[in-house]
Parts: sequence; C-alpha cells; structure tokens
Amino acid sequence: MTTREPETDRTDEPDILAELQAEVARELADERPPAGGPAYQLVSAAVVLVLGIGAAVLAHGYGLGSLRRPGPGLWPFAVSLVIVLLAIVLLVIGRTLDDAEKFTRSSFLVLAGGATFVGLGLLLPTIGFEIPALALCVVWLRFLGGESWRSTIVISLCTTAAFYLLFLYALKIPLPHLLAF
Amino acid sequence: MDWNAFLDGFGVVTQPTNLLYCLIGVLIGMLIGVLPGLGPAATMAILLPIAYNADDPISAIIMLAGIYYGAQYGGTITSVLLRIPGEASSVVTVFDGFALAKQGKAGTALGIAAIGSFFGATVSIIGLTLLGPIVAGYALQFGPPEYAALALLGVLLVATVGNGHTVKALVAAAVGLLLATVGSDSFTSANRFTFDTLQLQAGIDFVVVAMGLFGVGEILYNLEERHGKPHVPAAIANIWPSRKDLKQASPAIGRGSVIGFFLGVLPGGGAVMASLAAYAAEKRIAKDPSRFGRGAIEGVAGPESANNAAATSSFIPLLTIGIPANASMAMLFAALLVVGVTPGPQLIDENPDLFWGVINSMYIGNLILLILSIPLVGVFVKILRVRPAILAPITALITILGVYTINNSVFDIFVMIVFGIVGYLMKKTGFEPGPLVLAFVLGSLMESSFRRSMLIFEGDPTGFVTRPISGTILAFILLVLALPLIRLAFRRRSPETTPDHPPIDQTERIDQEGGRR
Repeated sequence: MTTREPETDRTDEPDILAELQAEVARELADERPPAGGPAYQLVSAAVVLVLGIGAAVLAHGYGLGSLRRPGPGLWPFAVSLVIVLLAIVLLVIGRTLDDAEKFTRSSFLVLAGGATFVGLGLLLPTIGFEIPALALCVVWLRFLGGESWRSTIVISLCTTAAFYLLFLYALKIPLPHLLAF
Repeated sequence: MDWNAFLDGFGVVTQPTNLLYCLIGVLIGMLIGVLPGLGPAATMAILLPIAYNADDPISAIIMLAGIYYGAQYGGTITSVLLRIPGEASSVVTVFDGFALAKQGKAGTALGIAAIGSFFGATVSIIGLTLLGPIVAGYALQFGPPEYAALALLGVLLVATVGNGHTVKALVAAAVGLLLATVGSDSFTSANRFTFDTLQLQAGIDFVVVAMGLFGVGEILYNLEERHGKPHVPAAIANIWPSRKDLKQASPAIGRGSVIGFFLGVLPGGGAVMASLAAYAAEKRIAKDPSRFGRGAIEGVAGPESANNAAATSSFIPLLTIGIPANASMAMLFAALLVVGVTPGPQLIDENPDLFWGVINSMYIGNLILLILSIPLVGVFVKILRVRPAILAPITALITILGVYTINNSVFDIFVMIVFGIVGYLMKKTGFEPGPLVLAFVLGSLMESSFRRSMLIFEGDPTGFVTRPISGTILAFILLVLALPLIRLAFRRRSPETTPDHPPIDQTERIDQEGGRR
C-alpha cells in the first residue's frame, strides 16, 4: 500500500498538506482503470466548445438587451462565452492531463445497463412496473452481475414485491401497475 | 438568540416520527458510508422523491441531513478495516487506521474515530446553534448585489477549491449555470433553450438533474468499475479505546474539531479538505512525525473529528444565507425548495420549527451514531459481504421509480437517463458533476440577482465594487483566483519540489461527495 518517504527535518518539508494530497492521490490511483490519452481530452474539450458556441448563438437570438435593461439572452450569452473560453483553454492544456479514463470492454456493460433504464421508462406507462422491474433485475443480476440463476430469480422476485408494497401500499403512490390486490 | 424557539426545536425532534426518520437517516448514511460507490449526495438525490411525498417535510429534511452526517461515520469503518475509504473524507484515516488494524487495534481506531466524530460534530452543532442566528441576522441586510457576489463566490470556491482539475470544474459549473437558464425567463417570459418542448418551459427539474448526474451516473459508473469482493475480517477485538489512547487522542480531537468547523463553513472546503488539513496539522506539531502512517492514534482522531465537524458546519451557509457549500448541501437546498421552503436568512423567523428541528436533530442524530457505531460494526462488516451485483439493481429501481413519482412523468425518467449518461461520461473524462449541480441550483439566484443589480445600478457594473459587502466578497473572489498563481510562484522558487513531492494538481481524483473513484 502506502510507500512512505524517509522523514526529513520538519523545516525542510515544503508543504505537508500537498505531500498528503499527493499520497491520497496515489492511494486512489491504485483503484483507477487505465487513463485515457490526449484524444479523450481533446474530444471532450471539442464537445464543450461546440456546446458553448451553440448556446451562444441561440442566446444571441433571444435578445441581449443592454446592461441597463438586460434582455433574456444576455446572461446565457455571457455564460456561453465563458464556456467557449474555458473549452479553448482545455484544448490547449488538455494533452497534459491524465484524469480521463479509458473506455474498456466493460464499458459495454454501461450501454446494456442504460438500455434497461430506457426499456423500463418505455414500458412503465403501458404494462405497469412489475414485469419491466423484474426484467431489469434479471438482466442486472444474471447478465451484468454474474449471479447464479437461483439467486437471480429469488432476489428479482423479492425486490419487485418489496417495491410493489413500498410504493403502492406504504407510500401510496399511484405507480402504473399490472396486478391489483 | 430565541431560546424558546431552540427548545421548541427539541420538541419537534423528539416526536416519535421525527426520531424514527432521524434514526433511518443516520443508519442509511452509515450504510452508504460503509459501501464504496454511492456517496451521500447520490443517496440524497435518489431519496429526494421522499421529500415530495412525506407527510411532514421536516421529517424528510431531518432524514436527508442524517444521511449526510451519518455517512461521515460509516466511511471510517472500511478505511480502518479494509483500507477502502467508504467516503472521500475518510481517505486519510486509511494511513493510520489501517496500520492500527494490522497491529490488532482496529477496535481502538474505530472507537477513537467514533468518539472524535461525535465530539467534532457536537462542537460544530453548538457553533451552528450560537452562530446561525447571528449570521442570518447579518444576512438580512443582503440585497441582490450581495447575493450575486455570494453565489459567484460559492460556485467559484467549489470549482477551484474542490476536486478535479480547476478548468474542468469551471466548465462543469458554467454548464450548470447555462442549464439553469432553460425554460421561461422569469423577467420577460421568453422561452430559452426549450426547443418548442412544452415540458421544458418550466425549466429542468433540479431533482431530475441531480438524480441523473449523481444517481444514474454513479450507478452506471459503478457498473463498469465494479471491484472485486473485499477481504472482510471475521471479527474485531478490543472495541473500546483505553484511557491512555483517549488521553493521547484528546488534543487531536479538539484541534480537528476546530479546523473542521472553520473549513466546513467555507464553500468548497468541506469534509475532505478538513480531514486533510487536520491530519497535516497533527503531523506538523507531533514530536515524532515518523509515527504517522504507522499507527498514530492522532492520525485517526484528528481527521475523523474534522470531517464530522466540517460536515455539520457546512449547514451554516445553507440555513442562514441560502448558499449551499457543497453538492450534498445542494441536495438539501433542493429538498427544502421541494417542500416549499426557501433556505436563507428568513428561514429562522419564517420556519423556526424546521430551522431548529433540523439543527437539534443533529444533536440527537450524532448521539445515536455514537451509541450505534461501535455495536453495529459487526453488522456493517456483514453487509460488506453483500455483493455489489445485488445492490445495483435495487438502487437502479429506486432511482427510476422514484423520479417517476415526483410528477408521475415518463418524460422525467428520460431526462434523468440523459443526465445519467452525461454524468457517467463526465466522470470518465475527468469532469466532476458536483460543481455542475451546485451551479445549477445557484444559477437562477445568480442570474436574477445580477439582473436586478444591473437595474439598481442603472447599467453601471462598478456598483458591485462600491457596495461594502459585495465589494469585499468580490475582493475575496479575486484573492481566491490569485492564490493558486501565488502558490505556484512560491513553489517554483522552492528547491524542495522533487518528483517525490508531486504538485497539488495530481491529487485531483478525490471525489468530494461521491466517495472513492
């Protein structure tokens, strides 16, 4: 775990706080996935730049007014300009940063997880929450979490039943549902 | 100070329902502190719908506050036992806490941490009780220019003093300010960034944004970064610290409490910075600094007192001025708005039950934590054996069904998913969602205060500088912005900076509210 430098005379220590923070950073770095390269930084800065420019154009269209009588577009226009400026700074310094994380094969799990969210959102108003909730649990437990079929079935059923009781009976929230008791 | 209102606050808290909510809140807080992954901000975001649906809003706020300070306790347990900080503010506890655990003194470390946490939090609550009304009284003199300057200070401090690269944090904050402008302009009723969508005319619901960025974002991030099952020790011996340990730790607890109180009040300072500063202070004044990292009890006592003191004192700017100091406080800010209460200097007069009820619930909540933290260690160790794969779908379901219940709206679910994906991508690319959420919550206040100020000043922006309070705040902002440059200049002149002492910017992965990365 932590490797410690030999202790020096206290008067020689430049900044214990900075040293500590660096040590904390090393602790946490052990847990991090591989860092993304400059391309990650440049792409994210470019996305921010496009967002800033787009927002500035739209805000300008809302009417800037004047400082005496600010229009609806003045504030968002000013904020958009700040975003554009910061994006340009990021484009310049981005290559030196190593705080992005590489997308790995396990990033596909995120796509699958996100898809289950969308699925539940689409199905909830049409067939109620029970079947989509059960399906979400099965996908997350069995396919994303690697649980056994037995624990997947038990936990999925218990979770869905618990949510049914919690939302419909304990909190009395009119959640769309299939079964009525 | 109105002592009657203060005592009435205890009457509010001691109602059985509120005591129950307080207990539930601190237990959930401890639990999420123990479990790496979701932090207090994410958990509060996920549970915000409860504030919508609670019969008594005070109960909901008491519970959410309990989650926040309870998490500071829970984070210690895994730091000591497993070298895994459940919360970012417990990272430094790893150094000496885990070393003590390896020497068979895990119980001593946990006991000292619990006592220090209780003492630190209690010092802060007393400070909050005494100072809160004074600060609120002073803040009543604030006008739009002061609020505009204060909101700017809050956003900038969270972005520059908080974690993550400063430029990226500023980008996140600016995007948060921009998102806050979506919807109908309150001055002219013109639609902005609504793209002719009816649902966006009222703006984007803060709760939906927070649940997306913190809740769904964290869930998706953890899905990818799921760590192996930690090695959990079977049993912990020597649970109570000896008199000698207590005597040795007491000064550190006192110092940590004071450091934490002051750093917690500052926006962006928060529990993480407080624990770091307290550890640094203990090491600096120790007769033998080489003991640190090898099981020095002060290395646990100081930071643990500090992070709890800071967590509590960060309620001061929220409850008295209406400016949240960190992302968790932004969640509480949102929860108060949800129940129809605007946090700020009027809160103490207009809602004394809520103001004193929440503050006094902390006295009781911290007592509950002190009493429960040691006996429950065994239970939490067992909970650590529950696989993340089992917890993940449960959290996912709470989030989706919870966001639906706010407005019975499927649209909200999809907005939340969009922000969840944004939150996940932000974390992957080094942008912290915290500054975005905080800026989003302060955005409307900042814009309206700025525009009102410009009307007052008849278009002359120097008015901000000539008013004493806003001028002082702006001077402080300039100082904050200049400070990193000054430090950099000093460090360049110092010959001590070697590769073994990397510059401060490399520390930027501490997640202020969201626990370990």
